[in-house]
Amino acid sequence: MRKESGDSVVSCSAWTGGKEDIGKEMRAPVNKIIPFSAVDGYGNRTAVFFQGCNQNCLYCHNPETIQECIHCGACVTTCPAGALSLSDAGRVVYDISKCCNCDTCLKTCTNNASPRIRHMTSKELLEEIRAYLPFIDGVTASGGECSLRSDFLTEFFERIKKEKKTAYMDTNGQIPLWDKKELLAVLDKTMIDLKAGTEEDHRKLTGMGLENPVENIRRMAAIGKLYEIRTVVVPDVVDNARTVALGASLIADVPDVRYKLIKFRHYGVRSEYAGIKEPSDAVMEELRELAAAKGVKNIVVT
Amino acid sequence: MTKDMTKDILQVIRNPKVTFNQRLKDMAKIAENSVELVRYTEKSREYFENGAMMDMFEGKTPYRTRYCVPDFELFLKQGSKFLMLEPPKDIWEAVGNLLCLYHNIPADGGLPVYIGCLDRLLEPFVRDEAEAEKAIRFLLVHVDRTISNAFCHADLSPEDTRAGRIILKLTKEMQRPCPNMTVMYREDMPRDYLMAALDTAMTAAKPSFANDVLYRRDMGDYAVVSCYNVLPIGGCGLTLVRLNMNQLPKLAKDPEDLLNRVIPDAVTAVCDAIDSRCEFIIEDCHYYENTFLYQEGLIKKDKEHMIGMFGFVGLAECVNKIMKLQDPGERFGHGAAADLYAEKVMKKMKEEIEKRPCKYGKYGLHAQVGVMEDSSLTPGGRIPIGEEPELPYQITNFIRMHRDCDAGCGELFPFEKTAQHNPQYLADILKGAFSQGARYLSFYGADSDLVRVTGYLVKKSDIERFDREQMTLNEATVNGSGASKNLHLLDRKVRGEEE
Repeated sequence: MRKESGDSVVSCSAWTGGKEDIGKEMRAPVNKIIPFSAVDGYGNRTAVFFQGCNQNCLYCHNPETIQECIHCGACVTTCPAGALSLSDAGRVVYDISKCCNCDTCLKTCTNNASPRIRHMTSKELLEEIRAYLPFIDGVTASGGECSLRSDFLTEFFERIKKEKKTAYMDTNGQIPLWDKKELLAVLDKTMIDLKAGTEEDHRKLTGMGLENPVENIRRMAAIGKLYEIRTVVVPDVVDNARTVALGASLIADVPDVRYKLIKFRHYGVRSEYAGIKEPSDAVMEELRELAAAKGVKNIVVT
Repeated sequence: MTKDMTKDILQVIRNPKVTFNQRLKDMAKIAENSVELVRYTEKSREYFENGAMMDMFEGKTPYRTRYCVPDFELFLKQGSKFLMLEPPKDIWEAVGNLLCLYHNIPADGGLPVYIGCLDRLLEPFVRDEAEAEKAIRFLLVHVDRTISNAFCHADLSPEDTRAGRIILKLTKEMQRPCPNMTVMYREDMPRDYLMAALDTAMTAAKPSFANDVLYRRDMGDYAVVSCYNVLPIGGCGLTLVRLNMNQLPKLAKDPEDLLNRVIPDAVTAVCDAIDSRCEFIIEDCHYYENTFLYQEGLIKKDKEHMIGMFGFVGLAECVNKIMKLQDPGERFGHGAAADLYAEKVMKKMKEEIEKRPCKYGKYGLHAQVGVMEDSSLTPGGRIPIGEEPELPYQITNFIRMHRDCDAGCGELFPFEKTAQHNPQYLADILKGAFSQGARYLSFYGADSDLVRVTGYLVKKSDIERFDREQMTLNEATVNGSGASKNLHLLDRKVRGEEE
């Protein structure tokens, strides 16, 4: 199953905009690449998931994408395929060719991270997906939170545009995109989460404020770079009607933008939050009607 | 079929699972197989005996071609003296005339495998759309209930027509396996029409899509019939003799020997057998002279219109066996060396076929999708079910292994519900695959009742009913039930929602 909503965390000290190892070639931590995806924007897209997130949502569907590896080595011991090892420098090394995708390492990790991360340059990333290019409309950067890698993305998307493909970002909206001129020049569309409709709900759920996501939605819609907004409907945790009312008011005047209402699902959720209810079809339908009544034309419930 | 004819007859007479018409045909097959008059060469006999070649149960005494592809356009233009039909003046007469002809096509199985490029045939008669829908529904229901064979195939042109729209709409609504359906895809076809076709495909498991540019180049004015067989309109697929490539390694010392000695030898065996069967059909039975289709110009007896189909299956098993490949990363569809060798085998086969003079018409290379008796045998040059790599690599491999299949090939992918909300997703894949040289693709929704078995369609509910020993209308269900169990067809990797 694809996990629809999934961003998070807390403690983001010094995010470097993707500039790891300054002075050398820029690299970014890539968690996963899905060659063909039907759910990450327009048409068929290659989805690239970057590691690391600046929110920590209670119901995060892939908590292993939140933090970067601290090289404690616990997963090296439990890996049944011998795909993980500890280097002389004390770093966890991942051999993709031996990996059997059993997820034992993710279950072992107590740090909300994954050892299966490849630190790639934009050129390496492009070469990795080159075989998919004839079959896709473009790529979607996702995460984790891909806007933490905005300098890297600028470079990667420049390469993507040269291949005559489209570039999308799937973001939680916490990092202001509107003043990133170089990135915007090579970015086609964003898909932005709207996780709650009040400051209080948003802080409770994600650990971060509501202001930036709302402003990003407004500004991206205004310059024609908003593909959709996404709300994960979670009963009892936030006031879902407030969220949808806010979302609808932000995009009702922009007819091309769609509102994607996503049913909260239990897959992948941390065990302490597994008790959260999944919303009924009736609840989803009510919210769809609410968005429609506020003037949103294109609504997808999934 | 056993050696005891009385036993065979009793079995057919008493079989509780078939309808009367199916019983009648099974009886005829016993009669046909009671004598053997085709004059095979020594080489052909050797390959029939060693199991590397089969006649597809076409029968020991072929008195008709395997596939017959009449020029329906010409038929509607001129009517038919033999059938005492005037050229139609409205859509009801057009539909009526077509149905008359469908029941008079002499081909294996006694049922037509091709019922025309329906939108092109009917569009000139569409005046009132509601009336046209009624007439087309009448045609489709009649075909489904009387031809009752998912090998029956209708085509749709790349043009956006009212008739085409109606056919797509009814196909989506009716959810019936017959007729199977193909859209002749072109990059310049109207996007909106392509979307309508994809939308239908996701719910009804049809239409499939053929690469119009490639097939037009290879076959001229062509039709897709039965299970992705491609033949010229006004032509016949006289016979299909199949090479079971999984049996070739036992005849070879090593990969080089297989490539350089066994492949040429096997091509001789198959082409000899095709020639022998064609000789019987044409010279002994006077097939063409004995049908009004030929007299009235609806089928032609010339080099371009007589196709001897050279079928093959089991490229994957052949390569894995001769190269002794066990490691999943090295096997066919995954290992670079395996795929390179497989490509060489396919090229060699095509070269050998081209070198060989054809006694009647010409040979066409066809990636055969299997018969119900097959087990552990993968259609054509596909990657075995359960071993499929990521979709882009599966498609690329499919393209590589089927470049020379001028008489047809197919690959099919089940898709999850999420892809159904996004038909552009499929459009992108189609466009990419066809621009890279893919010949044919089928999609279907993973939760739809209609399932592609090896090329033809059956309803899952029909398979279940058949397995409970009830009669079902669609003959292909009988095949589907056996094939689904032997080949794990319902276990295909589902696309669109992977992680």
